[in-house]
Amino acid sequence: MLQIKNLKATIDGKEILKGINLEVKAGEVHAIMGPNGSGKSTLASVLSGKPGYEVTGGEVIFEGKNLLDFSPEDRAREGIFLAFQYPVEIPGVSTTNFMKTSLNEIRKYRGLEPISSVEFLKLMKAKAKLVELDMAMTSRAVNVGFSGGEKKRNEIFQLAMMEPKLSVLDETDSGLDIDALRIVSEGVNKVRNSKNAFVVITHYQRLLNYIVPDYVHVLSDGQIVTSGGKELAYKLEEMGYDWVTNND
Amino acid sequence: MAELKDKIIEKYTSTENLNNGEPVEIKHIRDKAKEYFRTFGFPNRKMEDWKFFDSKPIITNDFKLVTEKQEIEKSVLNNFLIQDLKANLIVLINGEYSKENSQIITERKNLFIGSLKEGMKTKPYILGKYFAKYADYNADGFTALNTAFAPDGAFIYIPKGNLLKDPVIILNILDSRKSKVLGQPRNIIIAEANSDVHIIEEYYSIGENDVFSNVVTEIHTDENANVQYYKIQNEEANAFHVGTTQVFQERNSIFTSITLSWGGSVTRNNLNSYMNSEGIECNFKGLYFLTGKQHVDNHTLADHANPNCNSNELYKGILADESNGVFNGKIMVRQDAQKTNAYQMNKNILLSDTASINSKPQLEIFADDVKCSHGATTGQIDKEQLFYLKARGIGEKEGKKLLIFAFANEIIEDIEVPELKEYLVNRLNEKLEKL
Repeated sequence: MLQIKNLKATIDGKEILKGINLEVKAGEVHAIMGPNGSGKSTLASVLSGKPGYEVTGGEVIFEGKNLLDFSPEDRAREGIFLAFQYPVEIPGVSTTNFMKTSLNEIRKYRGLEPISSVEFLKLMKAKAKLVELDMAMTSRAVNVGFSGGEKKRNEIFQLAMMEPKLSVLDETDSGLDIDALRIVSEGVNKVRNSKNAFVVITHYQRLLNYIVPDYVHVLSDGQIVTSGGKELAYKLEEMGYDWVTNND
Repeated sequence: MAELKDKIIEKYTSTENLNNGEPVEIKHIRDKAKEYFRTFGFPNRKMEDWKFFDSKPIITNDFKLVTEKQEIEKSVLNNFLIQDLKANLIVLINGEYSKENSQIITERKNLFIGSLKEGMKTKPYILGKYFAKYADYNADGFTALNTAFAPDGAFIYIPKGNLLKDPVIILNILDSRKSKVLGQPRNIIIAEANSDVHIIEEYYSIGENDVFSNVVTEIHTDENANVQYYKIQNEEANAFHVGTTQVFQERNSIFTSITLSWGGSVTRNNLNSYMNSEGIECNFKGLYFLTGKQHVDNHTLADHANPNCNSNELYKGILADESNGVFNGKIMVRQDAQKTNAYQMNKNILLSDTASINSKPQLEIFADDVKCSHGATTGQIDKEQLFYLKARGIGEKEGKKLLIFAFANEIIEDIEVPELKEYLVNRLNEKLEKL
């Protein structure tokens, strides 16, 4: 599904990603761990097409297409979803309206008719139930006045609504108490299937108790320094990142 | 080319009896206003209040002063009606009442909804008392000009205790298909004690030639009365508009206005409310959405002359292309106005590098126990928000539309007349579609 080959990227002329290699297949969950400043969030930003980052080398192939040629909106329409570390507040726009516009823009891209109001409402109700989101939240302005946990849950709700092929969760666990963490993780686990894939970016091992990865990669100074199965996460928890960073 | 002022003076020197049958006190006022206009003419940019307003395209234009009475085809009129809205409709064509097109549906004892001319005949005592009582013709030449020569307009008189379910629409159409037109309606609205009314004042234009509306609206909001006033400007690009709405509020009254400026070339709105007693609430909301080279100048004054009154003001602007806006809002808290709560905010989004806004929030406080705040912000579309939308598959154009709509909707969403709200939402979307 996704092949990242020797990806290099800079921000304000400073090199952050220094040659990332990663392959993600359908049905897999990959965890990317690493200390602060290792380039984890930059990787998420570059994959989603956030302005301000310059790709200076390498390539990203998504479903056989060169992802880096696409605009951010077209990446989303192709099936990439970024769950934001800091979800943005949008006063005056309800989550309902936001999601309806989003689904219709994606449908238009795929040559489909706009979704009917009845169908849309049914879908919303089903997905809200799936991620344990109170339907009343969907009529409120996107993320405005939401707690940290509510914001993250809203991200997972959007993920469930859009049914992406590849989801990148950027430190979705940061700022969550244990209950919120459980709800968010359960939402992800319910959406997870053999046709989609997840890249879970996190600083801490605890999230991986809930979303169990198939692979764990450790990012340090813009490169993946070691990869392994889920046991690698436990080892990191026990020994700290120094263990990896001192390796090279 | 003779300036408009000279042309007006010359034209009207010979026509002494412009308004036959008007009460004598009104004739006196008209004479005094004429004298002011003859002496001072139009305001110029050296005057502080008119600093950003370029009246040159108006005062050097050769508008035809009096047009023969015109009617408008039903098919044209229909374009300007708000769908499904059951309302009293006063149609003014080039400033003059069109009986054929108007439709008054609320009929009650003593209540009057119709033309100023007709009102002079049937309610001369009331008009004699209120005509030019609040709008000061010594303040500027435009008001003086209207006071002196306005031939007609809307007159709405809501007696004590009347609650009007159906709004009153004052639909102004300037028809310049035959020649350039100057329309000068004078609107007088009197809401007596415990009455409740929605007034929708709209402006449209048709025709290739330039049009100029010089409007004065006076609103008396008596004790415990509730007046909701919407002013909607949707004229074509060859239209000039100078309008003054002067409000006078009595004890415990509520005045709420929404001023929407979307059309026209050069527009000036003056909106002032004088709080004459205690317990008054005064709300000013406004939205201007400008494209091309449009200029809109909003001047407001919330005049707190007495204690325990609240005023709330929010004006929002969306400025694209080379448009320019002015917001000049003043809160005046006079010495007696203790326990005043007064808030004012002006927010703008600039959609291009060549659009501009001059925002001047003003606060003058002479009392010592008050709560007041004012502020202004000007920015661009929030890039973080736009990226968030894009990350959900929403394209640049749709994303901007969504964000601008949300910004503007804060002004529209509280409108209590659902048909009007829907109409405005549609208009807003049309305008967004063209960006």
